[in-house]
Amino acid sequence: MSTPAVIDTQSPPARRVHYLNARYGVASWLLTVDHKRIAILYLIGVTFFFAIGGIYAALIRLELLTPPGDVFLSETYNKLFTGHGVMMVFFFMIPGIPGVLGNFLIPLMIGAKDVAFPRLNLLSWYLFLIGGLTALWAVVHGGVDTGWTFYTPYSTVYSNGWVVVTAVGIFIAGFSSILTGLNFLVTLHTMRAPGMTWMRMPLFCWGMYATAIIQILGTPVVAITLLLVAAERLFHLGIFDPAQGGDPVLFQHLFWFYSHPAVYIMVLPAMAVISELVTAFSRKPIFGYRFIAASSVAIAVLSFLVWGHHMFVSGQSVYAGLVFSILSFMVAIPSAIKVFNWTATLYKGSVSYQTPLLYALGFIGLFTFGGLTGLMLATLGLDIHVTDTYFIVAHFHYIMVGGTIMGYLGGLHYWWPKISGKLYPEYWSRVSAWVIFIGFNLTFFPQFILGYLGMPRRYHAYPAEFQVLNVMSTAGASILGIGYLIPLVYFFWSMRYGKDASDNPWGATGLEWQTPSPPPTENFPVTPQVTGKPYDYLTAQEEVAVG
Amino acid sequence: MELFPQQASSFAPHVDALYGFLIAVTAFFSLLIGTLVVSFAIRYRRRSPGEIPPVVHESGLLELVWTVIPLGLVLIMFFWGAAVYFRITRPPTGAIEIYVTGKQWMWKIQHGDGHREMNELHVPVGQPVRLTMASEDVIHSFFVPAFRFKRDVVPGRFSIAWFEATKPGRYHLFCAEYCGTRHSGMIGWVYAMKPADYQAWLSGGAAGESLAAAGAKRFQEQACNTCHAEQAGARGPSLVGLFGKTVHLQGGQTVVADEAYLRESITNPQARLVEGYPPIMPTFQGLISEEGLLQLIAYIKSLSPSPAAGAAPPAPSTERKPAKP
Repeated sequence: MSTPAVIDTQSPPARRVHYLNARYGVASWLLTVDHKRIAILYLIGVTFFFAIGGIYAALIRLELLTPPGDVFLSETYNKLFTGHGVMMVFFFMIPGIPGVLGNFLIPLMIGAKDVAFPRLNLLSWYLFLIGGLTALWAVVHGGVDTGWTFYTPYSTVYSNGWVVVTAVGIFIAGFSSILTGLNFLVTLHTMRAPGMTWMRMPLFCWGMYATAIIQILGTPVVAITLLLVAAERLFHLGIFDPAQGGDPVLFQHLFWFYSHPAVYIMVLPAMAVISELVTAFSRKPIFGYRFIAASSVAIAVLSFLVWGHHMFVSGQSVYAGLVFSILSFMVAIPSAIKVFNWTATLYKGSVSYQTPLLYALGFIGLFTFGGLTGLMLATLGLDIHVTDTYFIVAHFHYIMVGGTIMGYLGGLHYWWPKISGKLYPEYWSRVSAWVIFIGFNLTFFPQFILGYLGMPRRYHAYPAEFQVLNVMSTAGASILGIGYLIPLVYFFWSMRYGKDASDNPWGATGLEWQTPSPPPTENFPVTPQVTGKPYDYLTAQEEVAVG
Repeated sequence: MELFPQQASSFAPHVDALYGFLIAVTAFFSLLIGTLVVSFAIRYRRRSPGEIPPVVHESGLLELVWTVIPLGLVLIMFFWGAAVYFRITRPPTGAIEIYVTGKQWMWKIQHGDGHREMNELHVPVGQPVRLTMASEDVIHSFFVPAFRFKRDVVPGRFSIAWFEATKPGRYHLFCAEYCGTRHSGMIGWVYAMKPADYQAWLSGGAAGESLAAAGAKRFQEQACNTCHAEQAGARGPSLVGLFGKTVHLQGGQTVVADEAYLRESITNPQARLVEGYPPIMPTFQGLISEEGLLQLIAYIKSLSPSPAAGAAPPAPSTERKPAKP
């Protein structure tokens, strides 16, 4: 960190010192405070938990191939969907893009040497890992059958699973999320390079800023809620248990006060990635920079005011329902603004269909559809019918898988040359983008129809008339699974056999492309000076022509 | 393969019309965005590696347009959705009263005349049915897709809901809120019958004593009658004519004596005391089953000579009639 390595980009790349080869050995990774290495640690961690969550998903779809519960026992099935939800939500979706791409890119994009608190950053990763492994131990070894939502009084009084251990795991990982958010917030406030004003900041940073606000303000609430669940389970406090005068719906209010904003912890970073991809692959300044930046913050603020839309049939007051309905609709506006501005950015651009753009276009389509079906859930009279059915399952998978994972993979493909210094095979990466898009739609589109027909979620067995759609969904899931394996293979392959990446393989703007691939440990040999707006391809072109 | 469930209740056409509008909006914007993205991507594809496109200037007007149009559309959705929601959440008067108890993992149904059913519910078409639902353990949710009807059944309180079947037939009844191991087995059937068939069903089979009569028996068993007696100087307020009346509480507040208040007065009597009575009633929390509570409520309702014990309270009473210990 403090030893300024001299970077000579003119010499042959064989022995160039960068963050990956600056030091060797396990300790150099496990004790690193380099934000780029920590990003790699997160990449390993979230990929591991994603694989676990994916195995759970495969087993769920296997069971649902036929109407009767014939592959697993009901107890087992309930543990499977709980494990899937817990692993995917808390240990892949929430830490995913901030942990991997946020850590790697924020300092690079703002021209800083590292995040504001490098040691805290490493602590975040350890908390994430300890929390994740604790929860994994609980859901695999002990088994938890409450669903990832832990609704009371089932979770506090009736469930026999390892609810407390799982809650402890999520509680620990929650601090990781808070510390990461805090770190990013301070970094963005205090460590921007000279000339990098707020309105010159890449939109990825704006998205991460909005995400950090939610992480810091929302996560403590779920931490408290889970503590209350654990306290009621262990000491029978009677907070949520109606037999002791508690209120089970109070839990839902507390849980969704975090967990709805958490949806935006998952999707705002993906939106942030898409803003970068769309500009880079149409070589144009983003259309409506200020509107996209402001919409991220608007989404973060509104996200705290919509939790009650999860409770339209729980018996909450009709008037509360009205307020939560209209506020939920309001979130659609900044989301729509983003989609329209991304689309307008392509207009008169120079559009290159490289893999990251394919993911970005996939995101725009799937997120648009997922968001529009979200309007159906905000519509009071309609939500009564579709809530707690497969319609909900389809909707949030369009947002989380169609949105967040498409954004994550798009970002990973875009910045992989910077992260690894290597190029992956373009042909296979395009194939995988298509396979994922097709497999995804085949998996989840039929679930909208299933939900409107009335198939409830979390059903181990279901009536025979729902089978055709379930078979389609399982077939799609198989394709989707293959789609996720292909990148895993070629990313590994590229690390050894891939061609060396140039500093700026896409011809993109942004400070991260003005430092070598992979970057040196201190990111920039000389602190960069920022003189203009981001995504200024015209000026960048002139400078290249002049220089 | 069917894409939509049957329409078998008075709600269904309203919900489906709303759904149709939202499908139209969803399809329009998905196709619009999809078409624009694909056509821009093709029309403006990169033709040479070094190509730099012209700058397209931002347009405040365009931002305004695509803010205002979605805003207008979501406001239509909001008001329309709210109108349907009000229809679904407000039970009409004169409905048939049916009492539902959910427990892991079954639905127990009690009809006013004493008929009991398990995982089956028989109702007539063309007549509103009002459900008073309770849970003995965890949260369940009473869901009849063909009726577009769903309501959580939360332990510790009554969930009041209603529907009106319009088409005779047999329809799925599901538990929609995850409730434990055999959640997917907590299913049954709703039989919507022509009124004549329903009458025949009611008259067949042993109905046993009516729900109110069962409640009266419990009223004796639990010795409620020793205090809530029909005589001057009784230790507790009279319950005759209580249901639906406005009750004056200690501290000057008032409450309408609906199912929720009666339930609270049995399980947590000190919570809202009737003016003029001492706090002497013990709690019956845990001493009376959910089914027993429903029977007691049915009995107390039967003491009110209203034409039908609906949710809409009779004309608010201004007399200071004590109602509860």
